[in-house]
Amino acid sequence: MMRIDCPHCGPRAQAEFAYERTLDSIVTIDMPADEAVARLYARTNPRGLDDELWRHGFGCRQWIVLRRNRVTHEIVGVAAFDPAIHL
Amino acid sequence: MSGPGRIGDGEGATLRFTFDGVPLRARPGDTLAAALLASGIGLVARSFKYHRPRGIMAAGVEEPNALVTVGEGGRTEPNTRATDVFVYDGLVARSQNRWPSLRLDLGAINGLAAPFFAAGFYYKTFFGPPARWMLYEKLIRRAAGLGKAPTAADPDRYEHRAAFCDVLVVGGGPAGLAAAAAAEGRVMLVEQDRILGGNIFASPTFVPSAVGGPAARGAPGVSTSLDTNGDGVAGLPSSVRVLTRTTATGVWDHGFVTLVQRLVEPGEMPLPGQPVQRLWHVRPDRIVLATGAIERPLTFAGNDRPGVMLSQAVLGYIERFGVLPGRRVVIATNNDDAYRTAEAVAAAGGEVVAILDSRDATPETRFPVFARAVAVATRGRRHHLATVEAEIDGVRQHFAADLLAMSGGFTPVVDLHSQAGGKLDWHADIQAFVPGASLQTIASVGAAAGEVPPIAAATANLPDPKHSFVDFQNDVTAADIDLAWAEGYRSVEHLKRYTTLGMATDQGKTSNMAALSRLAGAAGVDIPQAGLTTFRAPFTPVTLGALAGADGGGHAAPRRRLALHDRHQALAPIWQPLGYWHRPRAYPRAGETLHDAAIREARAVRTTAGIVDVSTLAKFAVSGPDAAAFLEMVCATGVAKLGVGRGRYTVMLREDGMVMDDGTVWRLGEARWLLTSSTGGADRMEAHLSYVHRVLAPHLRVSVVAQQEHFAGIALAGPLAADILTGLTGEIPPTHMGFAEASIAGVRVLILAASYSGERAFEVYVPGFEAGPVWDALDRATRARGGFPYGLEALEFLRIEKGHIVIGAEADGRTTPHDLRLERMLRKAGGYVGAQALARPASSAPDRMQLVGLEAAEAIPEGAMLIAATGAPVEGHVTSAAGRVLGESGIALGLLSGGRARIGARLIASTPTRGRHVAVTVTDPLFYDPEGARYRD
Amino acid sequence: MTRYSAFALLKAGLTGQRGWDRAWRDPAPKTHYEVIVIGGGGHGLATAYYLAKVHGIRRVAVLEKGWIGGGNTGRNTTIVRSNYRQPALHSLFDFALGLWEGMSDELNYNVMFSPRGALFLGHSDADMTALAQRGDALCCDGIAAELLTARQVHALVPLLDMSPDARFPIHGGLIQRRGGTARHDAVAWSYARAADGLGVDIIQNCEVTGITQSGGRVTGVETSRGNIGAGRVGICVAGNSGPVAGLAGIKLPIEAQTLQAFVTEAVKPMIDTVIMSQSLHCYISQSDKGGIVLGGDPDQFPSYAQRGLPPRVERAAAEAIALVPALSRLRMVRCWAGTTDMSFDGSPIISPLPVDGLYLNGGWCYGGFKATPGSGFVYAHLLATDASHPLAAPFGLDRFAAGATIDEAGVGFMPQLR
Repeated sequence: MMRIDCPHCGPRAQAEFAYERTLDSIVTIDMPADEAVARLYARTNPRGLDDELWRHGFGCRQWIVLRRNRVTHEIVGVAAFDPAIHL
Repeated sequence: MSGPGRIGDGEGATLRFTFDGVPLRARPGDTLAAALLASGIGLVARSFKYHRPRGIMAAGVEEPNALVTVGEGGRTEPNTRATDVFVYDGLVARSQNRWPSLRLDLGAINGLAAPFFAAGFYYKTFFGPPARWMLYEKLIRRAAGLGKAPTAADPDRYEHRAAFCDVLVVGGGPAGLAAAAAAEGRVMLVEQDRILGGNIFASPTFVPSAVGGPAARGAPGVSTSLDTNGDGVAGLPSSVRVLTRTTATGVWDHGFVTLVQRLVEPGEMPLPGQPVQRLWHVRPDRIVLATGAIERPLTFAGNDRPGVMLSQAVLGYIERFGVLPGRRVVIATNNDDAYRTAEAVAAAGGEVVAILDSRDATPETRFPVFARAVAVATRGRRHHLATVEAEIDGVRQHFAADLLAMSGGFTPVVDLHSQAGGKLDWHADIQAFVPGASLQTIASVGAAAGEVPPIAAATANLPDPKHSFVDFQNDVTAADIDLAWAEGYRSVEHLKRYTTLGMATDQGKTSNMAALSRLAGAAGVDIPQAGLTTFRAPFTPVTLGALAGADGGGHAAPRRRLALHDRHQALAPIWQPLGYWHRPRAYPRAGETLHDAAIREARAVRTTAGIVDVSTLAKFAVSGPDAAAFLEMVCATGVAKLGVGRGRYTVMLREDGMVMDDGTVWRLGEARWLLTSSTGGADRMEAHLSYVHRVLAPHLRVSVVAQQEHFAGIALAGPLAADILTGLTGEIPPTHMGFAEASIAGVRVLILAASYSGERAFEVYVPGFEAGPVWDALDRATRARGGFPYGLEALEFLRIEKGHIVIGAEADGRTTPHDLRLERMLRKAGGYVGAQALARPASSAPDRMQLVGLEAAEAIPEGAMLIAATGAPVEGHVTSAAGRVLGESGIALGLLSGGRARIGARLIASTPTRGRHVAVTVTDPLFYDPEGARYRD
Repeated sequence: MTRYSAFALLKAGLTGQRGWDRAWRDPAPKTHYEVIVIGGGGHGLATAYYLAKVHGIRRVAVLEKGWIGGGNTGRNTTIVRSNYRQPALHSLFDFALGLWEGMSDELNYNVMFSPRGALFLGHSDADMTALAQRGDALCCDGIAAELLTARQVHALVPLLDMSPDARFPIHGGLIQRRGGTARHDAVAWSYARAADGLGVDIIQNCEVTGITQSGGRVTGVETSRGNIGAGRVGICVAGNSGPVAGLAGIKLPIEAQTLQAFVTEAVKPMIDTVIMSQSLHCYISQSDKGGIVLGGDPDQFPSYAQRGLPPRVERAAAEAIALVPALSRLRMVRCWAGTTDMSFDGSPIISPLPVDGLYLNGGWCYGGFKATPGSGFVYAHLLATDASHPLAAPFGLDRFAAGATIDEAGVGFMPQLR
């Protein structure tokens, strides 16, 4: 049960959040079809850090980005989702 | 006089309990184990595989042998450690795994066959067809298992609670008490025993240090007379929250800790309303592990006999419970600690016959002591220890004794540290793993940190490995370990799984180190090179009831009720679950079946009118200057061109192009829209809309508000619907796919003219808390015209006739818009979620499962497979089945390979599980009023 | 390889258990193999066995980074069945089921396959229709399945809460009588012993750290025990599929996710069948040793930690007690977690990869154990012939780009929804 420091709500239990996908798998409406499908179905899935999109569904209901280690679950960075930075 | 017994006159034994039906007495504060020993009972159990007689070996949760069943009826708790239950008046305890009795157990025959029952024997035989294995298995299963589970339901309650603190101290022994006293902020202390103080009773000369504070002995404010079940512990600041009978079962991510608190003892009746156990979820900022150390047995033949006990346990029984477990005592040890046990035995009136010390040099003592001495075997009489056979400097010697107190050293309890990802270091002087670097803010203190007496390493030679037990509870001997090694199961995990060592209910607390030692010996390496198995939660076993908490039984899932629930209930409907919702399926009259009622209700809709509760549809208020642009990202159909006051059917795709949901979209105002979608997909749609808005198109100026639960919805449908509505609102009803606001029974409502049933229809939306009078008015007005309420079953008949798809049936997550004949609605320019994936070649393959209609002379079974003939390959299936509302034939919707091109084909709807095979014809999936004349203006 | 038999046991018992040889050798890696299988779990070991047994390819190495069978094979909940709705899936799983039925005899190692029945409960009419549909799909494809009434279900599992007020009322069920359980560790050991007996090198404590290529073709692997050349390399590492494929620069439609399970203390027999549910994720069975084995929802976020979220276990316990109230006083003695390779349609990927001579068998999500012998068999076929076995043909990696996914649950590409 990770402790996630929501940028809006402060430290909350993981049970309030839902994982959505990795940042590098977000498909925008204007992407060409081939690129869109490739992004949808390709993941690095590393044994280490990755940037993930989560939603604080049982809290502020906003989207946040976690930079998180998938082996240790250490969270090294949390930020509110910002398309200028994260897309 | 020999065997165990109470020291002194046995006064104060006021609690009554029974063991195997024999009435006995205990003192308040006795564990069941202490009370049994006090009553002279040494034989308590039979071992799992060989049914060897077993007694009480330890004094705490590490006890591997003394498993009993405690409690009665629905409170029966099998496999309870006698050392971990405190006697209460009326406690009923029974021994397990023996027949016909503990003293005379026929299962002991297994012991005779022991040479053939070596580890892994079952992998090497019992071949043949699986049916034959199942016969063997029946016998094996009956012999396996320990206690018997209750059959009656559990009458008691369990609770969950959350807590936050700055420091959580696990363990209320000297190190834990010192840490709690010295800690700052909000402090919580948990202790699995009933009292605090831990081994203070057992270690007057052994003083652990505390984290950042003075040593426990002599620490200001820390007293040694501690007995508490709550707050206000003598010596601790009153701000420290103390929970006794509370075990920390696991440490999870980021220091999240689960605790199990026992408010009553196993099998004990709670006070009215009191839960029996509480599961705590704790998020401390820091954790101090003062979990102590567990003493190790020694490995020698017959080390499992009643009368062979751990040395500190003997000390504890004497000093805490006033029980002397034997009169003629031999002590076998590889460290100094056991000498205190000798003193205590003597002080209690027992005789220390010999101290066997495996080391070269021994401490000064007044008792007969032998260096380079080990126990090698025991012999018994009447299921109890009678003789200890020792080897002293290579020479055999016998000692008559009824108690052998053994100490093989101490294993720091590092489970929680390890679960948290902490590394372990090896300390050769104590031959144990101690906490090393930790990933989290967790510190270990006291014995848990390795502050235990140094020992001499064990010797590898065992004269009789076949009877030298390592894992007592699973009957695993040193010979089994040797065999596993010989057969190549050499990784510690393979060893464990092949022999089942460490996999019993004690999780290897008294066996792990002895096993590693033997494995290392066989491998010719040091113990740390031999490996270590993973520590798994829970530290001690946890009832499923505690895990479930209040969510067990009837509360296992919530029930969502309609705002109009009571109105429906008054009509005695058949209720239908969909997810957590419960909605009326039909309102049968006396003597009607579900089918009868549904047909009657559907016919009323086709001929007069009816009302149905559609409150559970998902509803979203979408507003803002860019609302149309937003909706055109979500919806694959045209939206933006809708004028104010108009609505249309729409479909929403998943990113992979499959139909995810369908519904309607309405333009309520210049920049105000309403989107409706399916009940079952409501949560998914809410998350999806948020994703599209916040992640894909955050620049759009739009607000989305989910309103599923806020508005109740009532659909009024039928040829008389417009008339009925006018009568209630006093206004002309909206045209098809138009809407209006009006008043019904004095309540403002929103009326959307959409038809799901195929008749002229109006969906009336009103805030849930105001819905009652609106329903009443509609109901009265409809009944006055010969109609009545209808349920979901009738709705199914109506919509199937109209070929309307349902999410989950026709749109099963594997169908594209083209598969469902919706492609003409798609915007050619794309720009909606799912458009890109639709371009994939397989999305338009001609043999895809495509929506068709089916018709037959009889009812078509829903879910049936569509085949050309018996034995032919499956080509599709029936997704939704009903019958013509105003006709006789059976009709259905289905998905059929290449179905769009196969109108007129004859197939069979085959359902072998229900024994029916119905001839069907493939038709267009629209059976009634194809022009829509019934509802268009 | 000494043959196991009751006679051999008798002899061993009389001679102090002497005479058993090692179940498998511990060879040093050779410099080159015709086929290297990366991953010494049930699937990888079965693959090596069938390569040797069926295709006569014996110069095979199975490289396992830890101890064999330490992944899924060492921590699953032992359920074996083939009652999937999608034809491509039930055909492959049923082929595997046929191999399960003869496995102990073929491998001369008792894997304790017990066809005690795999029962899905239905809690509503809608559930029962869905179960009937599944059963019909199976029966029409020649796989036996029976719809059961509530009374019949009760006779099979007397401890189920059959009252109409139960939170999850029992309307009936669908049973596959040929399904059941098996001793999971034994599957790895039996295939290892048999493969080793045919000359396959099983090399433990050997982590693959690189996949070497030349001109678009695989040439071998780099490992913690040195470089090893290979004609073909088959990846078979379940939860680690992503990182290992990444060694060849390949991304996959797979995400690793934690699944927990737990077991109670051993009790006398109380549940004889494997119980699953059409609408709940909870499943319950009793091991031969007596512990009740339970599982529930996966943890629903990416992880390799093999450590789970407590609420999943708590929820599974709550649902289990709602189904079988007598479970309440039984105690969980151990809970554990594994890393599942969640493919983006829920179905396995048995396929060549974009590097010549490199192949993948992975993406089994949480359903791989029951497929073990079938998976090994078809993967061996692919590795031996460079062509898909007909049963494996639908499971190529290219199906995602083509849009021909096989999605049993119909939830699409998000693993956490599965």
